[in-house]
Amino acid sequence: MSHYGVQIDEIIERYPDKPEYLIFLLQDIQSSYGYISADAMQLACDHTGVPLTQGYSVATFYQSFRLDPSGEHEIRVCLGTACHLKGGQRLVEDLQRRLNVKAGGTTEDMRFTLSTVNCVGACALAPVVVVDNEYLANATAKKVDKQLKVLDSQNAVGIEEGGHA
Amino acid sequence: MHSQSTALKVGSWRLQSAQDLNKLREQILSERDPARPEIVICHGTGCLANGSDKVAKAFKTAIDAAGIDAKVVPGIKTTGCHGFCSRGPLVIIRPKGLFYQRVSPKDVEEIVKRTLVEGQAVERLLYKDPKTDDLIFTEDQIPFYKLQQRVVLHNIGKIDPTDISDTIAAGGYQALAKALSTMRPEQVVKEIEKSGLRGRGGAGFPTGKKWRSALNAIKKKGRPVYVVVNGDEGDPGAFMDRTIMEGDPHAVLEGLILAAYALGAQQGYLYVRAEYPLAIRHLEIAMAQARAFGLLGENILNSGFSFDARINRGAGAFVCGESTALFTSIEGKPGNPRPKYVRSVEEGLWGRPTVLNNVETFANVPLIIERGSGWYAGLGVSHSTGTKVFSLVGKVNNVGLVEVPMGVPMAAIVEEIGGGVPNGKPFKAVQTGGPSGGCIPYRLKGTPVDFDSLTAAGSMMGSGAMIVMDDTDCVVDVGRYFLRFLEEESCGKCLPCRLGLTRMREILDNFSKGQGTEQDIEDLTSLAQAVQDGALCALGSSAPNPVLTTLRYFKEEYMAHIRDHKCPAGVCKDLITYSIDPELCTGCMSCARQCPAQCITGKKKAAHIIDAEKCLRCGICMDTCKFNAVVIS
Repeated sequence: MSHYGVQIDEIIERYPDKPEYLIFLLQDIQSSYGYISADAMQLACDHTGVPLTQGYSVATFYQSFRLDPSGEHEIRVCLGTACHLKGGQRLVEDLQRRLNVKAGGTTEDMRFTLSTVNCVGACALAPVVVVDNEYLANATAKKVDKQLKVLDSQNAVGIEEGGHA
Repeated sequence: MHSQSTALKVGSWRLQSAQDLNKLREQILSERDPARPEIVICHGTGCLANGSDKVAKAFKTAIDAAGIDAKVVPGIKTTGCHGFCSRGPLVIIRPKGLFYQRVSPKDVEEIVKRTLVEGQAVERLLYKDPKTDDLIFTEDQIPFYKLQQRVVLHNIGKIDPTDISDTIAAGGYQALAKALSTMRPEQVVKEIEKSGLRGRGGAGFPTGKKWRSALNAIKKKGRPVYVVVNGDEGDPGAFMDRTIMEGDPHAVLEGLILAAYALGAQQGYLYVRAEYPLAIRHLEIAMAQARAFGLLGENILNSGFSFDARINRGAGAFVCGESTALFTSIEGKPGNPRPKYVRSVEEGLWGRPTVLNNVETFANVPLIIERGSGWYAGLGVSHSTGTKVFSLVGKVNNVGLVEVPMGVPMAAIVEEIGGGVPNGKPFKAVQTGGPSGGCIPYRLKGTPVDFDSLTAAGSMMGSGAMIVMDDTDCVVDVGRYFLRFLEEESCGKCLPCRLGLTRMREILDNFSKGQGTEQDIEDLTSLAQAVQDGALCALGSSAPNPVLTTLRYFKEEYMAHIRDHKCPAGVCKDLITYSIDPELCTGCMSCARQCPAQCITGKKKAAHIIDAEKCLRCGICMDTCKFNAVVIS
C-alpha cells in the first residue's frame, strides 16, 4: 500500500507501539490516504496493541476519520454560529441539491465529498465554504457553483491529500 | 521567516542562565535598527483566507524591482492575527505605524512607490472613521484598537511567531528565567493565587486554587503529575485561543513550563483542535526552537529542572474540550467523559494528578510572574481580574478579535469597539459562552462583561465568543442551532444528554413550523431542568442555557411562533413566504435563472413573480437579487 510515495509501514513506524499512539497513527493514515481502509486499521491496531473493535470505536467516535474513500475534492461548509446566522445552512442545502449527495457523503462519480465543519474560525468571512484548502469568503450558492465548475473543468488528479486530518 | 535577521543559529545558543537570556536579548536588539522600515503583514487565518500571503509575495517582488538602496531596504514580517479581521488583509508600515486595510496584491506597487520611496501615505487604503469620515493614519488611532487594552495579545501583530529571536527581543521567557532563578515553585503558585486569575476556558475556576489542589493531591499521591493545555477550542464563533497559539506560541509554552515548574511536572501535553493546522505548526516550531535554546527539555536554563511537552491533535470531537474527555482522548481512546466524583486535579491523565488549563489562561501566567500579582489584580474588577479576549462576530461592523479589561459594559464592546450593527439599528441580543451560554438582550446592554455578571444574567463567559444578533435573527432558530450542534456532539454516554437534547430540539422544531402549545414551553423548561441536573458532564448540563435564556428574555417571540404561526425575524422556513416587490424588480431575470425550483416567472424588464406553492424557500433569489426586490413576509 502506498500513496504519494508514503508506505503504510513507514507511517506505522513513526510511533512507538503503545495504545496512546492509535489516534496519531489513524490521523497520519487518513491524511495520506484520505480514509482508513480495513487493512490500514488492522495494521494500526496490531502495532499499538489495541483490539480491532476499539480501533473502530475510536475511528467512528471522532468526526475527522473516514472509513470510505473520499472524493477528489472536498467541500466543507462552515456551520459555526456566525456562518449559521449568515446562511450557512442554506448553502449546505443548496449544495446537497446541486451535487445530489447528503452532507458527509461523496458523489457517485467520486468527484466531490460534501461535509460540514463546526467552525473554521474565519468568522469575518462568514459564510465560509472551504473547497480543498481554498477559503471562499462571503460564500453564496452562485460563488460555490462557479468554483465547482472551475474544478469540474480541471482534469482528475487523484485523491486529494489532507482534507480534514 | 522574513523577519530582520539576527543570525541566530539553532544550537549555537544553549542558554545556561537568566543572564545568558538577557545577553542574547541585548544582542538581538543591538543588531536591529529601529529606524529601518518594516512591512508587517497579518498572516492570521482570516487575512490569509483573504490572500495576505499573496500580498507578502507581491511586496517581495515589488521591493526587489524598485531597486531600493540596500542600506534602507525594508524588512518584511509576517505576524499573527491583528484582530481587525473584517478589514483584512492588513498591512502596517513601521516605524511610522501607517495602517493599510483591505490590501490586495495590486495595491502593493503603489505602496512601495508612494510610501517606502516617497514617504507619503496611500490615502485610499487608510481606514476611514465611519462616524466622522476622517482618514486615520495609524493603528493606535483607530477606535477599534483605541478602546482595547491588549495585554495577552500585546505581542501578536508585532512578532514573527516562527522566530524565537523576535519573542526573546520582546521579553519572552523573562518570567521563566525569573521564576527559575529567584522563586521557589510554591511561590509561583502563591503568585497565581494572589493574582485572582480565573480559567479562561469557560467556567472561570480560580487557576491558583486549581494549582494548590494539585499540590495537595501530590502530597497524598506523589508524582508524576501532568500539566495540559486545552487548545480544543470548539465553541463555534470562537477563535481567541487559535489566535494566541498562532500569533504568540511561546507565551503559551512559557506559561505551561511555569506551571510545570510550580507543580514539579516533567511531562506536559498540548491538546490542539485539528481544524487549526497553523496553530499546530507554529507550536511545533516554537517547541523545537525552545528546546534548541535550552528553554524546554533537559535541565532548563541550567536550573536542574527538566520538562518536556508534546502536541496531541484533536480529531474533531467537541466533547474533548471537557477535561475528562480530553484526558481519555490523549490516552488514545474515544473521548467519553467520566463522572467527576474524584476531581481531575487528583485523578486526571493516566489516573495521576493533572492540571488542565486553557490556552489564554496559560498565556496570562508569564505576565503575572514577570510583572507581579499586584499589577495583574489591578486590572479588571475585583472577582474577575485581568483582561479577556473576545471574538466579536455575527451582525457587527467590526468583526474581529478584541481584548478588554474584565467588567467593561457589553455595549462598549459591541457598539464602540464593534461599531454596532451594519444596518444601523440597535442589536437584538449578544450570545456569549457558545453552546453552553445564553443570549443577553439589548435592554441589558449595560451588563458588565465579567464572570459573575454574565452568569447572573443567565449566560456565561465561556471561552469568549460574542455573537451579535440583529432583528433578522430568530431566537427559536438560534436555540435549534445550538441544540442540533450539541445533539450531534453528545457522546451518548448518559441519557439526559443523549435523549433530553433530542427531545428539546424536536419541541423547537415544532415551534419553527408554527406548531406547539404553551404546554410545550412548560415541558421544554422542565426537560431543560432535568438535563441540567442529570447530565454527566458540562456539555450536557449547560446545553439548555441557550434555550432557557431566550425563553427568559424573548418569550414573546416564542409565542409568536406558537400562537400567531409567525416568525417575526423572517427566518423559520415554514412560516415565511418569499415574494418580489414589483416596484423594485428590474426584470433582470438573474433570480429566475438561479432558482433551483424554477418557480420564478416573468419576462425580461418586467416584474417577476414567485410561485409560493413550488418555492423551496432556499433564499437563493434573495442572495442573487442586486436590487433588494426579494422580500420575506
